Amino acid sequence: MSIDSREVCARYGNDRLRLMDILNDVQAAKGCIPDADIDTIAEAVGESRVDVDQTVSFYHFFSKTPRGKYTVYLNNSTVAQMNGRQAVAEAFEKESGGTFDGVTGDGLIGLYSTACIGMSDQEPAAIINNRVFTSLTPEKVQSIVADMRAAKAVDDMIGDYGDGANRSDLIKAMVHNNIRKKGEVLFGAFESGAALRKCAGMEPGKVLEVIKASNLRGRGGAGFPTGMKWEFCAREAASPKYVFCNADEGEPGTFKDRVILTELPRMMFEGMAVAGYIVGAENGIVYLRAEYRYLEHYLQKVLDDMRAQNLLGANICGKKGFKFDVRIQFGAGAYVCGEESALIESAEGKRGEPRNRPPFPAQKGFLDKPTVVNNVETFCCAAQIVDKGAEWFRSLGSEQSAGTKLLSISGDCAKPGIYEVECGLTVAEMLDMAGATKDAVQAVQIGGPSGTCVAPSDFDKKIGFECYATGGSIIIIGTERNLLSVVHNFMEFFADESCGACVPCRAGTRVMCNMIKKIKDGKGSTGDIAVLLELADVMKKSNKCGLGQTAGNPVATTIRNMRTIYDNVISSDDMYKPGFDLESAVEESCAVVGRTPHFDGE
Amino acid sequence: MAKPVVATTSLAGCFGCHMSLLDIDDRILQLIELVEFDKSPIDDIKQFSRQCDIGLIEGGVCNSENAHVLKAFRKHCNILVSVGECAIMGGLPALRNNIPVGECLAEAYLNSPTTKNANPNKILPNDDDIPMILNRVYPCHEVVKIDYFLPGCPPRADLIWNALVALVTGKEMELPYEVVKFD
Amino acid sequence: MSETVRISIDAKEYATEKGRTILEAARDNGVYIPTLCYFDGIAPTGTCRVCTVNVNGRPMAACTTPVAEGMTIENDTPELNEMRKTIIELLFVEGNHFCPSCEKSGTCDLQALAYRFKLMAPRFEYEFSQRDLDATPPKLIIERNRCILCKRCVKAIFADDGKALFAVSNRGNRAMINIDDKLAKTMSDELAEKAMNICPVGAIIKKGKGFSTPIGKRKYDTKPIGIENQVSS
Repeated sequence: MSIDSREVCARYGNDRLRLMDILNDVQAAKGCIPDADIDTIAEAVGESRVDVDQTVSFYHFFSKTPRGKYTVYLNNSTVAQMNGRQAVAEAFEKESGGTFDGVTGDGLIGLYSTACIGMSDQEPAAIINNRVFTSLTPEKVQSIVADMRAAKAVDDMIGDYGDGANRSDLIKAMVHNNIRKKGEVLFGAFESGAALRKCAGMEPGKVLEVIKASNLRGRGGAGFPTGMKWEFCAREAASPKYVFCNADEGEPGTFKDRVILTELPRMMFEGMAVAGYIVGAENGIVYLRAEYRYLEHYLQKVLDDMRAQNLLGANICGKKGFKFDVRIQFGAGAYVCGEESALIESAEGKRGEPRNRPPFPAQKGFLDKPTVVNNVETFCCAAQIVDKGAEWFRSLGSEQSAGTKLLSISGDCAKPGIYEVECGLTVAEMLDMAGATKDAVQAVQIGGPSGTCVAPSDFDKKIGFECYATGGSIIIIGTERNLLSVVHNFMEFFADESCGACVPCRAGTRVMCNMIKKIKDGKGSTGDIAVLLELADVMKKSNKCGLGQTAGNPVATTIRNMRTIYDNVISSDDMYKPGFDLESAVEESCAVVGRTPHFDGE
Repeated sequence: MAKPVVATTSLAGCFGCHMSLLDIDDRILQLIELVEFDKSPIDDIKQFSRQCDIGLIEGGVCNSENAHVLKAFRKHCNILVSVGECAIMGGLPALRNNIPVGECLAEAYLNSPTTKNANPNKILPNDDDIPMILNRVYPCHEVVKIDYFLPGCPPRADLIWNALVALVTGKEMELPYEVVKFD
Repeated sequence: MSETVRISIDAKEYATEKGRTILEAARDNGVYIPTLCYFDGIAPTGTCRVCTVNVNGRPMAACTTPVAEGMTIENDTPELNEMRKTIIELLFVEGNHFCPSCEKSGTCDLQALAYRFKLMAPRFEYEFSQRDLDATPPKLIIERNRCILCKRCVKAIFADDGKALFAVSNRGNRAMINIDDKLAKTMSDELAEKAMNICPVGAIIKKGKGFSTPIGKRKYDTKPIGIENQVSS
């Protein structure tokens, strides 16, 4: 393709900080970022080649070699597995003649596995050239590959569009919202601009008081009090300040931000502007995961509309000096960028490696300036709170978890989808709501792999900050599932997604992954269990960021809560059992020299 | 009271650890007072004649025979000790561990300066009587349970001596900083 | 005048200055906190996590956490030392550390920490991962089998024009150190020497240099790492 990387760099002012945009554009235009282009880019932005290469090689969707005219990124999350991912993957291989992870000989089709793409309610799903294909079956794969051979445009391969805004001209996606339960905050009455008009009539400090009084806590999972965070940032003297919306939901099993971005983007942008008003920031950046690129044009249109309606831009709602605008920054496939400081690093064009804290982003964030980073849902809540009042918000939910929470429920249930619930409902109530029979449920994974695996004996406990905090991911695991395989899948995920900076995370996730495999293969010992628990503890205590600290949770919480899955494959008197297996260890050399292995006297 | 019985072997090693054991100099006379040797290259006893108290293993596990011997040692020794870097982590033989075994064999038997023109039929050793090569060299503790580890290449004579005396007399093992080294 | 801050480390009181990190404050006062990625004079990266201490009960990296008035710090406890040992163990199974054949053996910080924590053999299975060595730079060998990704070289070694000579590529356990092939050709002997000396392990080796000190006389042959930081108590 005739695109010059130099032109792309010039488009972004040869600014090293815009490296993610430069690389995304080159990748999109050329299907890869070859070494020669890395040289060109490095020269244009004034860096060394290794410096640019460290960013290129960090992200899953950047590639130095071509990934095919059609690039299939097939989700390999646990929920995808539950829904028949294996058969779909095989169908892709059979129909295309290629194998994962690689490109067919003719360069037509690339097949790649990828981490959760936020479609757990309609798996198996894949991203093909930035378009999402959901509820895949081997039959559908057959026709998709046939279309590829017929050189059909990807847009024309999408038969039926989904519901709501998914059908709109600017999205045209087959994605379904699956909104199963509407609550009062997110899906309650919302008048675009109402919160901003209220802001315009109040001092920023007064608006902050409203947020603080609402007891709103961050919706990404960690639950930090939003008002406090914004107050820290507001107090900082340095400027300019920035408001970041974290739309990088990558925790396997979560897809609620996808639905907000599709149906409630105005509410989200408005919440960002509210935050900007409070902390004194004029620039907002939505860090949007590359998996949701299909929403790009739609979101840009919403921003344009809001600018036209004076809800963004200068003198918002006629208030002199109330200036705020939003830019969308795309990621390129890295779970760790959902961590706020890694997200900022990425937005600066670097590897998504979490920063050391302190300083916190509120003090030194984007470009070392005071920065607020909040979840998509948090901004929505903030917009509604400013409009409807702190009292109203606090009257919903529970004491420690005011308001409502969007849950993304998937896995073994009749009604996977989005549920807006008041915090404080029990796990059993949630199962009932999602159409899962309690007796058919082995465990519920709350908060995604980094959360907790909850056993049936704890189904009377509450979802919320009181007990099981969650950013929204809930995966229901049926009795017929091999839970050890689920744990292994989660550990593979963490090992793949570790940024690689901290030793306990980089090396620990891999060791844990191997040990779970060993146990799954029937070679585990009680000694292994003790070592696994210790490793999970070391990771919790020593890793820098939330990803690393919680990466041992799939193992630790199943050992604590679901011990029988381990006891079933480990005999209790084995303190030591080797993973070594003579027969498989000699297989390779015997094949090479052409001899039949024999094991006399073994 | 009968003397404690010691057995030793060298698997995929260079016998350097055994040499280091002999490096205890005149303490070898004390050692003979303290213990008896069973299966060991030191006395050339080939088969276990009885249950032993202590087994010293030099070298890692690179072929089926190594695995077989190591398992026999585990069976016949109450305490098993990995002696030296090769036993502990594969050592220099394990430098091949991230090269496919087929490439290693080709290099050794087909492409090396001494075999290139001397192996016209391109034969890779495959007689049933020779041990089968493992896909990689395994540390001993990944094959059987190992009770103690004495690092070094070779372990210092003093370390082996201190360890043996401690195991035989039941006294606490002394590990002065200077004697525990990985090289 | 800088502000004095009082802290306690392992139940002993110390005075230090505002703005110092816990690690700096400890070293000023002759208290050894084990470190690996940290290098005096380079901004800390906080990647190895070996210097983790408990600050008012919470684990924090000593190299990146500034002191605050009244901080209660636990450092030399069995639990923390056990955790540090586990981190060292993880590094030994993750890389391919063949100490007997390494130029840095005896002066290697990783090995020295293993000695200090009496690591006889790791509990985890070795990975024997495939890592390529880069001998193309005229003055250096980049021996990735030994690299622990501390990033000291990334933070400290730059070309004359300020561009990065070293950077990490990929992520997770596929992460690896790279040297810029063009800039590597411009390196002076002094810079190459500096790069080798800044590397805590034997991952950056200056060509033609190595094994110059006999066994027994090397940095950590007789004295444990950290001894120079400690005042006898």
